[in-house]
Amino acid sequence: MSDWLGPEEWWALGLSLKVAFWATLLSLPFALLVSHALARWQFPGKQLLNALVHLPLFLPPVVTGYLLLITFGRRAPIGAWLEQTFGLVLAFRWTGAVLAAAIMGFPLMVRAIRMAIEAVDPNLEETAATLGASRFWVFATVTLPLVLPGLIAGAVLGFAKAMGEFGATITFVSNIPGQTQTLPSAIYGFLQVPDGETNALKLVAVSIAVAMAALIASELLARRAAKRVSGR
Amino acid sequence: MSLSVDINHSFGDLAVQVNFQAPSGITALFGKSGSGKTSVINAVAGLLKPKAGRITSQSEVLFDSWAGINVPVHRRRLGYVFQDSRLFPHLSVLGNLNYGKRFAPKGSSGPSLEEVTELLGITPLLDRRPGALSGGEKQRVAIGRALLSHPRMLLMDEPLAALDSARKDEILPFLERLRDSTGLPILYVSHSVAEVARLATTMVVLEHGKVAQAGTTEQVFSDPAMVRQLGLREAGSVLSADVTQHHSDGLTELSVTGGCLFLPQISLPPRAKTRVRILAQDVILSRDLPVGLSALNILSGTVTEIRAGGGPGVVVQLRCGSDFLLARITQRSANALRLAPGLACHAVIKSVSVARHDVGHT
Repeated sequence: MSDWLGPEEWWALGLSLKVAFWATLLSLPFALLVSHALARWQFPGKQLLNALVHLPLFLPPVVTGYLLLITFGRRAPIGAWLEQTFGLVLAFRWTGAVLAAAIMGFPLMVRAIRMAIEAVDPNLEETAATLGASRFWVFATVTLPLVLPGLIAGAVLGFAKAMGEFGATITFVSNIPGQTQTLPSAIYGFLQVPDGETNALKLVAVSIAVAMAALIASELLARRAAKRVSGR
Repeated sequence: MSLSVDINHSFGDLAVQVNFQAPSGITALFGKSGSGKTSVINAVAGLLKPKAGRITSQSEVLFDSWAGINVPVHRRRLGYVFQDSRLFPHLSVLGNLNYGKRFAPKGSSGPSLEEVTELLGITPLLDRRPGALSGGEKQRVAIGRALLSHPRMLLMDEPLAALDSARKDEILPFLERLRDSTGLPILYVSHSVAEVARLATTMVVLEHGKVAQAGTTEQVFSDPAMVRQLGLREAGSVLSADVTQHHSDGLTELSVTGGCLFLPQISLPPRAKTRVRILAQDVILSRDLPVGLSALNILSGTVTEIRAGGGPGVVVQLRCGSDFLLARITQRSANALRLAPGLACHAVIKSVSVARHDVGHT
């Protein structure tokens, strides 16, 4: 079974899963915060934040990748600072793929979570406050549990987007086998060489399998969460 | 004085300007919809910030616009029961009750979970989800949750308005028990005359954002000027009564300060206290003690006030003992009887109209 795919292909699958996992996990708290701010708070610059969050959805991915490169590249100001202060290098590393995937998936996550937050009855949050819960506890004990189905939906969308991210990733971290080659970049790589089509098809099958598995798992989770939240 | 409210606020085109005190017992904020009741209770809860004013509870300042004090909602410790229950859908009944307990201040005194579930009859429901409860059950759980947060006062905004009359009857006895057994002051918003007559110890009548009348329930109900507020059909006095005895012919005898009243048997034991409501339209006046009349209930008293409205009727207030009765009669009858303040008079009351049960129904 394991020689059905070559070591580099296995590696690409592993990297894609790793990148998608970290991209989802790391962006989820920010997505929750931004969604909450957009859904519930009034502050100057709200429309600007909204536009900024959604920008990756409308920009060509290659543009996002290039912007990342000129911001987080080793000679770019932020990139150089990160390297000096934390020893963290993003450009042409798998960590950069995580950043690219997180940014590309961010608007999808925010849309799903924001909708869920907007669906939470503010009266319930008010009620929690009358019972003595501070704003933090209202969020932790009422808003968050009620938003859980939306949070799961957002995480799945983010994960799926991260698994499939190609344009920004290849621009920012390139396509180095064994280092930054994700599943989509590997498929792209096979399609660039003669006789690569069989291998490309195998990876396509793997992509479909992973996507289906993620979808089914999320559906089951979301159903359980939705049942809990419905009060029945 | 457990709660003192003095606020100014404008809400849309309604200018709310109220000043009242709520002692212990149930203080009803009574008025038509749009009279500003909910604005006032929300200001007390801290959900609405009045433009100006001062709200204190047990000498602690909750809001003072001049001193710049506005205690946040979660630190006011006022249990709020809303019309629509607002149970948390992601928690079971027990989870909802514990939610109230969870944020009660450490070391605060108040009823325990067992006492509350016992008082409200919700012990069998603890494992249920809110979606599996009837409206009446939900409302009892909501009351329990508020009680368990160990509030210094309960706020109730039309807690029975969304329920049908059978469900109301299911909850009213619990509210009476709460009033009589816990000593917790309750601010109770209602537009239902029957509910207020049965529950309230103090009434604050609001009209167009202003206090039109305030006082004990007995005082407010026996004020001829309140007839218009309460509605011609529902106006009438509320009297405290003691159960004297149950007679073998199926009648119960009650004593009020002005005499005794008979009504179809009620379930209370002798010496129990109750309230009776005598509608102004069910009272007939006679200058002489009537004889040869089928009515059982005749109280003697003195005319204290006659108030004419716009129509052909007048409202007559009589003092019977230390209570006041209202009678709505025509101007023509009042002239024919030559009624005037100070005149001795007899009030003939149809016995069915004093049933305590009436009070529970709207």
